[in-house]
Amino acid sequence: MAEPVLRLEDLRKSFGGLVVTDDLTLEVGARELHAIIGPNGAGKTTLINQISGLLAPDAGRVLFAGRDVTALPAHARAAAGMARSFQITSILPGFSALENVALAAQARAGSSFRMFGRAAEEAELNEPALAALGEVGLAPRAHVPAGHLSHGEKRALELAIALAMAPKLLLLDEPMAGTGREESGRLVGLLRSLKGRFPMVLVEHDMTAVFALADRISVLIYGRVLASGTPEEVRADPKVAAAYLGDEME
Amino acid sequence: MATGAGSLRPSAKPAVSAARIRAAADKSGIVVPGLIFGVLAGLPVAALLVPEGYLLDLATRIMIFSIAAVALDLVVGYGALVSFGHAAFIGLGAYAVGILAAHGIGETLVSLPLALAVSMLFAYLTGLVSLRTRGVYFIMITLAFGQMAFFTASSLAPYGGDDGLTIAARNTLLGFALFKYPRALYYVALACLIGTFFLCRAIVGSRFGRVLRGARENPTRMATLGFEVYRFQLAAYVISGGLCGLAGFLLANAADFVSPAYMSWQRSGELIIMVLLGGIGTLYGAIIGTASYLLIEELLSGLTEYWKVIFGPMLVLVVVFGRGGLVGLLARVRWRRRHG
Amino acid sequence: MSLALLFVQILNGLQLGVLLFLIAAGLTLVFGVMDFINLAHGVQYMLGAYLAVAFYTLAGNFFFALVLALATTLAFGLALEFLVFRRLYGRDHLDHVMATFGIILFLNHGVKLAWGAAPLSLPIPDLLSGSVVLMDGLLYPVWRLVIIGSGLAVAAGLYGLVNYTRIGMLVRAGATNAPLVSALGVDIRRLFMIVFGFGAMLAGFAGIMIAPILSVEPGMGDTILILAFVVIVIGGIGSIRGAFLAALIIGLVDTLGRSFAVDILRLFMGPSPARTVGPALASMLIYVLMAIVLYWRPAGLFPVKGR
Repeated sequence: MAEPVLRLEDLRKSFGGLVVTDDLTLEVGARELHAIIGPNGAGKTTLINQISGLLAPDAGRVLFAGRDVTALPAHARAAAGMARSFQITSILPGFSALENVALAAQARAGSSFRMFGRAAEEAELNEPALAALGEVGLAPRAHVPAGHLSHGEKRALELAIALAMAPKLLLLDEPMAGTGREESGRLVGLLRSLKGRFPMVLVEHDMTAVFALADRISVLIYGRVLASGTPEEVRADPKVAAAYLGDEME
Repeated sequence: MATGAGSLRPSAKPAVSAARIRAAADKSGIVVPGLIFGVLAGLPVAALLVPEGYLLDLATRIMIFSIAAVALDLVVGYGALVSFGHAAFIGLGAYAVGILAAHGIGETLVSLPLALAVSMLFAYLTGLVSLRTRGVYFIMITLAFGQMAFFTASSLAPYGGDDGLTIAARNTLLGFALFKYPRALYYVALACLIGTFFLCRAIVGSRFGRVLRGARENPTRMATLGFEVYRFQLAAYVISGGLCGLAGFLLANAADFVSPAYMSWQRSGELIIMVLLGGIGTLYGAIIGTASYLLIEELLSGLTEYWKVIFGPMLVLVVVFGRGGLVGLLARVRWRRRHG
Repeated sequence: MSLALLFVQILNGLQLGVLLFLIAAGLTLVFGVMDFINLAHGVQYMLGAYLAVAFYTLAGNFFFALVLALATTLAFGLALEFLVFRRLYGRDHLDHVMATFGIILFLNHGVKLAWGAAPLSLPIPDLLSGSVVLMDGLLYPVWRLVIIGSGLAVAAGLYGLVNYTRIGMLVRAGATNAPLVSALGVDIRRLFMIVFGFGAMLAGFAGIMIAPILSVEPGMGDTILILAFVVIVIGGIGSIRGAFLAALIIGLVDTLGRSFAVDILRLFMGPSPARTVGPALASMLIYVLMAIVLYWRPAGLFPVKGR
């Protein structure tokens, strides 16, 4: 494989006596959508937090675009191109949808220590923000306070925020969580349209979405990778079927 | 140890909820301040009818504390950082003037930059430490630093110590005894207040201010966007400290006196209440709150020596029944009138 | 510097520590269980002292005064909780600050109105006045020993109450996760009221006990309030154990620091600068200590919040 955009080496994390990430090694290629699946408690969100820098591993390395970022705090990794969405929606409820995304565009554009000028009126930020909102279908809701959006709209907003960051890697932590069938269908379509633009790591429970989108899948059980490969390989793997997939496949 | 004031230790609850700040904001951003400044500018003209003295001095004092209150609103209302040691910055500015005066130096072009430098430096050094905490721990650390400033000032025997220091002559500007004239001091204070207000307003609406406000709502999200929240909060804290130093400079000139009491935690508390009373997160609310606080103080203390026995419960009632301070009250009244 | 002086100051430090614990205990519980910043706790301490003086003037007997003052402080605390504070739970800490600040203003000047601004005093009961020889050249006032003793007894009682009774268990649970306790069907409002009233009574008790040796005057609660906050921040908010340990540490550090700062500094600098810098440095000592503790343990020595 060409230089992987993300490489996790022997990542280890314990909380007290509980080992949540157990010598985990994983690679994500530069053009792929890599899904991570596993039962609840397998340590998926903890893993995403370690990748994005919100949690420091006890041991192991995180390599992003060839750089060892293990010691870098979350904001530095984000500035380097790592974007993420949260399992429990994390947006700025008091800001409008547009301002939420414009802030992400601002992070990309820089000059954030500028203390003059009305940021809310800057075309340099609002144009890419509106474009991102348009891609996720939220353009008509641009001026609604983000706290007033529906759950599915908020999920889409998180995606727009990530898009506006022009990321080199997008981490998605259960984007379908709590969405109905129609909305998750729309989200799947959206994610499919983004495939190939930048690599994505998708943590999900929704198997329909996973098998519709993933180029490769890694199965996480008790903090370690049980199996990793193309969807067909994983589906056929007897270990996986025994440990997990049997319960999840609809 | 937390990596920044915007870090994620869930156990430290933010001292100010974002919802509460939004409740206080009034949409008409220019009418109310315009009115306030109009009144303030016209006051000395009206005061020509009243003997120079009492009214002018009171108004000057209101404006000086308003400068500090607006500066505090920048960090409390827009940054959600409840600083319980902000009076220290005022005191440091005042002491810069006082100490220089004690050595015969009264030139504004020397005293003012020193006052600003000292308060901003103190804000920077204490902010470096304080901003690594949040919630009630931030309140306690800022309180501690305020107390340290207070005790240091109290121990400065050559400069009055506990009793404070009288300033024989007010500052001069390029040799001219400008501040000797109360009307001149009044208009300088007014200019500083207007300048402070519009500076903070610009900051709040700028890219910088947007990051600050975002950090108030969701610091984790800001970090994952790529913002190092700590640096932004430190910058806001230093600016706020400097503006309070400006207020201190003016205060020393208005009172002809500096004392460690300027830095006491009770004064810091009063400053917070002035901002709260008006409505945090609006900037002009701080001015309204300061004016209300000081005017009520004047009014009631004229009635009885024990006016705080009435004022105390008044504050309690405002908290219990009034959300968002006076500005919030105004907004509700206007809303109700508009919607019948 | 004699050994006797050192021992005296250590005992004084313990006395201050015990006093701080009595105040900090209520403060940390109210903050831990109800998430309520009670700046008015200091005036509750002051009120206890004033009531003790008032009832003594009426009754002529310290112990009657003690009982009556305790009962009144408890009633006052309960009334305050019922009338004002229970409307503020769940609100921003800023609201708590402003409301309790208003109560401070009200009481600090209220006592001035009622009893005048001049400091008042209360005589030590005859039985317990006088001094005791603890060792060669060391004479220590009996009353101060009584304070230390009663404070330790209260601490022991509190420990038993919190760790071995049902109500204590509810308080501990509430300090860790109040909404959950409420969801389990416990009458959380009554629990809050009991916690608040009890805490107020402890603060009042501290005020009553200190009244004979300190001058009772308006504003006497302000300094001790700040010390108490430093205690609970160092000890860990919500933790009685933490408050006890931190209170003793602070009491000792502050007392010994003030007594010996100038002497210690004289080892490093001349007597004159030592005398200028010494007192200021001594006053700052506990804040420096707090900053250090918070650096290593951002949630205090015995953090309680399990969220």
